[in-house]
Amino acid sequence: MTEPVLRLEQVRKTYGGALVLRGVDLDVAPHTVTALIGASGSGKSTLLRCANLLEEIDDGAIFLDGAEITDPRADPDAVRRRIGVVFQAYNLFPHMTVLDNVTLAPRRVHGVPRAEAQERAREILDRLGLAGRAADYPDRLSGGQQQRVAIARAVAVRPRLLLLDEITAALDPELVGEVLSVVRDLKDDGMTMVIATHEMGFAREVADQVCFLDEGVVHERGTAAEVFGAPREERTRRFLRRIVEAGRL
Amino acid sequence: MTVPVREKDDYRPSARRIARERLRRSRTRRSVVIAAVSTVVTAVVLYLVITRSPGWPRTRETFFDWHYAKVALPQVLKGLWLNVRLLVCCGALVLVLGLLLALARTLRGPVFFPLRLLATAYVDFFRGLPLIICLLGTVFGVPALRLQGVPNDPVVLGGVALVLTYSAYVAEVFRAGIETVHPSQRAAARSLGLTGAQAMRYVILPQAVRRVVPPLLNDLVSLQKDTGLVSIAGAVDAVYAAQIITAQSFNYTPYVVAGLVFVALTIPMTRLTDWVSARMNRRQSQGGTV
Repeated sequence: MTEPVLRLEQVRKTYGGALVLRGVDLDVAPHTVTALIGASGSGKSTLLRCANLLEEIDDGAIFLDGAEITDPRADPDAVRRRIGVVFQAYNLFPHMTVLDNVTLAPRRVHGVPRAEAQERAREILDRLGLAGRAADYPDRLSGGQQQRVAIARAVAVRPRLLLLDEITAALDPELVGEVLSVVRDLKDDGMTMVIATHEMGFAREVADQVCFLDEGVVHERGTAAEVFGAPREERTRRFLRRIVEAGRL
Repeated sequence: MTVPVREKDDYRPSARRIARERLRRSRTRRSVVIAAVSTVVTAVVLYLVITRSPGWPRTRETFFDWHYAKVALPQVLKGLWLNVRLLVCCGALVLVLGLLLALARTLRGPVFFPLRLLATAYVDFFRGLPLIICLLGTVFGVPALRLQGVPNDPVVLGGVALVLTYSAYVAEVFRAGIETVHPSQRAAARSLGLTGAQAMRYVILPQAVRRVVPPLLNDLVSLQKDTGLVSIAGAVDAVYAAQIITAQSFNYTPYVVAGLVFVALTIPMTRLTDWVSARMNRRQSQGGTV
């Protein structure tokens, strides 16, 4: 097997006295999509925040392309330059136009000349169906458009890995589709992604690997067909039953 | 969001964690040593440069004379008590008046037009008027009117001048704070059935005031220093006490003493607000390492 892009080994994380991740193992192969599923509070978002070094883990280790990024000697900025993140609440910069949001990191972090960065940003925006919006400010856009801008901003630096943290949770149902279709396109381009999501139908369709988290532990891991079709663990079955009852699968 | 799960597993730190923590500790030790060495080197260099410079002996005699410092300190401290009282009284009045002015400027509705206009004119005028002119006008000008029932005390009149000027500054600080609270907060408050005034009192103002604490403190520190200006009217405060001794001895050490005393007074206030805002941030925002 090829070397995983992202590898978690026995990752443990506490907040105060609360144990959020209790020894999580995970491998993400290149050009694959991993979906993290589980109830709110199961540790999905924390796992993503740890992978991007927004949180310091207590124990265990995280590797990006084989290099340990949780080593205190590693440069967190260099790590984050190679990982893109899309947040649930978009977190766009309200004082910048869409184009400036997307070109900020390429220009200031990666030193891409202005004209080149803008050209590439327009290409991306074009592909995400935001061609006419480059000069607008984020607050003028709909939620779905804002989230697509956030995705454009994250992929503009050609990250090695893209982390998506419940990116449709704050969207109206009719806007969810437009954002998910963007993610589908990214998968077709071969982007390696880890997605924390409540959209089970989407996870089933798009994920190469599905991870069920509960109380900070990965209880079940396998292909979408395995986890959704024939779950081995009682906890997973119970969770999926609740989802089905809620009409979400 | 995370549901707290108490640590009940039989967790033992891994060798990896232990090694990592050892590395962090040794790094901390190294940082402390580097900081100490660099501080000592800087201090020595500064000391040598200053004491070897040609004008140093005369500078020391004129500004840092131990004898005059000891003579001046009790007088200056006695005078400082006046500054402190002025600061407390004027500070309280400035905050109240400034807030009222800011609120007057945010009132809506045609009825309040004259009030808005007056408040705006007041702020424009007193913010632009040099404090020293305001002070000279009240302290020397008002007693010249010989009006009945108007105090002639330079301290009271000086205080009035300070309040007039500073309330204009502070009003602008409050107004800026009120305007930074997002309109959605007002909408949420009004939709709960709160009146405009209630929304201001319970939702907008508390957020606005928290945001403007640092600039407010800035103005209060500035006010504290400017209480020294009442000395031009002959009130014996810390500055005037120093001036009296300097006038007799032609030594400027008392001014240095008075200056240091003022500095010493502002530092605890600054630390206090730093602490208050840090606590506020901790309570209201999400953690993380960036």
